[in-house]
Amino acid sequence: MSEELVDIRLTVNDVVHALRVPARRLLSDALRHDLGLTGTHVGCEHGVCGACTVLVDGRPMRSCLMFAVSAVDTEITTVEGLAEDDGSPEGRLGPVQQAFVECHGLQCGFCTPGFLTTITAGLKHNPEPTEDEAREMIAGNLCRCTGYANIVRSVLRAAEIASERP
Amino acid sequence: MTTKLFGERVPRVEDQRFLRGKGRYVDDVLVGPGAGGVLHAAVLRSPHAHARIVDIDVSDVLDIDGVHLVWTHDDLSGAMAEPLPLLIPHPQLTHGRTQYALAKDEVNYVGEAIAFVVADDRYLAEDAVGRIKVSYEFLPPVVGLDGARGAEHLVHEDVPGNVAARLEQENGDARAAIASAPHTLSLDLTVERSASTPLEGRGTVARWDPDTGRMTVWTSTQTSTGVRAAIAAKLGMDLGQVDVVTPDVGGGFGVKINHPWPEELLVPLAARTLGRVVKFTEDRREHFISAAHERGQQHQVEVGYDDDGRILGLDVRFWHDNGAYTPYGLIVPIITSTQLLGPYKPGAYRVVFESLYTNTVMVTPYRGAGRPQGCYVMERTMDAIAAALGKDRTEVRSANFIQPDEFPYDHGLIFQDGRELEYDSGDYPASLDKLKALVGWDEFPAFREEMARERRRVGIGLACYVEGTGVGPYEGAHVHIETSGKVKVATGLTTQGQGHATVFAQIVADALGVGFENVEVVTGDTRRMPYAVGTFASRAAVMSGSAIHLAALRTREKVLRIAADALEASEDDLEIVDGVVSVKGTPDGTASIDLGTVAVLSNPLRYAFDEASKAATQFTVGDPGKPPVAEDDEPGLEGRDFYSPERSTFASGMHAVIVETDPDTAEIKILKYAVVHDCGRLINPMIVEGQIQGGVAQGVGGALYERMAYDESGQLVNASFMDFLMPYVTEVPAHIDIDHLETPSPLNPLGIKGAGEAGVIPSAAVFASAIEDAEAPYHPGLGITAMPISPSELFELRQAHPPVEPVETKESS
Repeated sequence: MSEELVDIRLTVNDVVHALRVPARRLLSDALRHDLGLTGTHVGCEHGVCGACTVLVDGRPMRSCLMFAVSAVDTEITTVEGLAEDDGSPEGRLGPVQQAFVECHGLQCGFCTPGFLTTITAGLKHNPEPTEDEAREMIAGNLCRCTGYANIVRSVLRAAEIASERP
Repeated sequence: MTTKLFGERVPRVEDQRFLRGKGRYVDDVLVGPGAGGVLHAAVLRSPHAHARIVDIDVSDVLDIDGVHLVWTHDDLSGAMAEPLPLLIPHPQLTHGRTQYALAKDEVNYVGEAIAFVVADDRYLAEDAVGRIKVSYEFLPPVVGLDGARGAEHLVHEDVPGNVAARLEQENGDARAAIASAPHTLSLDLTVERSASTPLEGRGTVARWDPDTGRMTVWTSTQTSTGVRAAIAAKLGMDLGQVDVVTPDVGGGFGVKINHPWPEELLVPLAARTLGRVVKFTEDRREHFISAAHERGQQHQVEVGYDDDGRILGLDVRFWHDNGAYTPYGLIVPIITSTQLLGPYKPGAYRVVFESLYTNTVMVTPYRGAGRPQGCYVMERTMDAIAAALGKDRTEVRSANFIQPDEFPYDHGLIFQDGRELEYDSGDYPASLDKLKALVGWDEFPAFREEMARERRRVGIGLACYVEGTGVGPYEGAHVHIETSGKVKVATGLTTQGQGHATVFAQIVADALGVGFENVEVVTGDTRRMPYAVGTFASRAAVMSGSAIHLAALRTREKVLRIAADALEASEDDLEIVDGVVSVKGTPDGTASIDLGTVAVLSNPLRYAFDEASKAATQFTVGDPGKPPVAEDDEPGLEGRDFYSPERSTFASGMHAVIVETDPDTAEIKILKYAVVHDCGRLINPMIVEGQIQGGVAQGVGGALYERMAYDESGQLVNASFMDFLMPYVTEVPAHIDIDHLETPSPLNPLGIKGAGEAGVIPSAAVFASAIEDAEAPYHPGLGITAMPISPSELFELRQAHPPVEPVETKESS
């Protein structure tokens, strides 16, 4: 007994990858284990914690609730794709990432990629959130370390940084 | 030494890695297209709380392509077939029991490991697990403390009454003091189970190298040296053959201090057996049912007090639910029994506890580790005394405080580390003054009236705690200045998000006079520092921080000795600034030497391979009349030292909360949360405040939302993040007001005390106090005696305490 495999192409952070996966392979596992993009973390595998959130065509999606085969013909952005090109090898931190540094928005860092992708999409939708809107923006992601206060501050600071950058 | 970075809000160095998705957690090790050949493990776990295993049939598994190995207990031999270690064998733990790596004959909780499968990927491994057939003979499960105390059924047939241990401590004659006290009261208080639930569960990866005969294990643990010793012992290897690396850890909160988990042994054994890399990554349900829980206890309090509310005698009995096994000994109940005293000095104190078996997940420390229960018991008692005497709750506390001139204060008890419970320093009256100002205690009655006019119910509560932090036995550190001038620091305890790479670099930068950016800190890697204990009990900053400070000073001594020789100056005249040693008071550039050059000089070489090493060959350096390395010296610019304190250092703090309870729905809303915190000198206030904010959020979860819901058959019915209500941002206070008091510890060179657990300790106590206060005008006699409390439970309490003449109606009519 062996599994049937499917040939797919995934576009992740503007790079196209050819993959051969079983139909049941989760997008989160394909990103992490097949492509080595381990920045996307898996915290619950039932869509509640939000750590595995990636952007699919710009919209936040739980990659643990998607099959890799259903992500073909989409543009996927993971945490590895959030830095901005400034000519340096690693690029400079994007506004949300930079805000997390300044506001101590992370501790163990495990939930962080899901917050970064969620907030990136949230600020596209609402570039000048109020504090209540900032809380609403992150209300679907779990963090066990920070108590969220500094993440809320990070959302507000990210909006400022984004508006300051050309 | 000019202190530059200690006490500063230095941004974290580890953030860059985490924010770019470059963290390396255990499941990230050896992945991706280039790392083919990693095998994945899955575990068959008991679906029953209590059963005898009659037969295990694995024959169907063998048909599945890609399955490499399936083990049950019968396949294990030698030490692996014996029970797992009883890590902390306290003498009073008369009936300690631990599980087997794979269950032998009997299972004692839902989730206990029965069979272990290794396959090409996790999907296939789980397919295989699903094909294993086990037949059971059911035994009656013991669930909950009532069941354990009743002892109608036994968890372990050779443990009478389900009692693992009974421990009693007494200072003075508490019962006599209560009998002769002017006033007495008694309370029954319970706390339910919760758990650490870090976002990253457990995980282990092992690689066996047959060419060198070495095992490398990556594991998500709070003690890499502990896991290393356990693997060596269980797999019959020399300690020197086993390296344990703790990579980035996605939260611990206590649960990862227990070790070795079955998988931490089975994974390396499978790697050695198969000659392949093997990985186990726990899923969320597995974490709920096969890691560890904490908090479940029942308490009975008898207290005698005088007209001022001063406690003359306190007698506490409690029952601790230790689950099915006791690998971590009696640490949690011992901490409850001792830390219950908080900042107070009762005239006499007796405590007795029983640690009891149930057919549920075992209990090991979770952030706070028994202190939240102790604080809850003591603070509920303080509130009850205040209510009985009609006094302000802060007044009763003040009457019982240990005063600032009474330190060191010996409680006459033995603490969790086997040492005296002796507080080193603190200023509790000053903390209370700060807290009252911060929360607006004296202004609250006016606020309550104002709210009542709007038909709103509000209440205020406070809770005080003392936390023994930085327990021994020791931690160590190694500091190495490389010829590049860069400083490499290693300490053996592990990191789970506390920012050790930042705060420890602050300490080194200050002690050595080097740039912060030139200091790199490694934690939890037994190859870099093989002597270590672990990260628990808020001990990392105190223990490793002190050890690193001492090791850096040793390194500095060596720097000055070599530099003095090279500069032909006295050591006393030298200073180190920005990595350059120079004679004080001389102009820049003259009479100076950088640390990299000092490192070159410290290691006389035979071979040159670059310009720096050319400068260190024996032809260039040294006095031909002396040995190149002096008799009492060593080559290399390194320093190593250890810190081993006589006893713990005691941090303290007080929280206050203002809550609003909905008159109709009993919904509980937080209006204001205030924290006064004293952890001695702060290395990095930004990080300490982050710890407090996180602790408070976790405490809110424990007080209002989180509980482990077992049904009568021992099934954990809420074993998912859907059903176990961990707070989102919407459940935690929007703002926490924090004020610090810095009472330095006299026990360590930096004057620091631990800060990691503090935020979570007073939560159950402070919310019980505030909710009871909110209800008091409307439902007299409504006492909060069971935590956590949900709106439904508050509603039921209201029903049981019919309202008096409703204040709201009167005011609104």
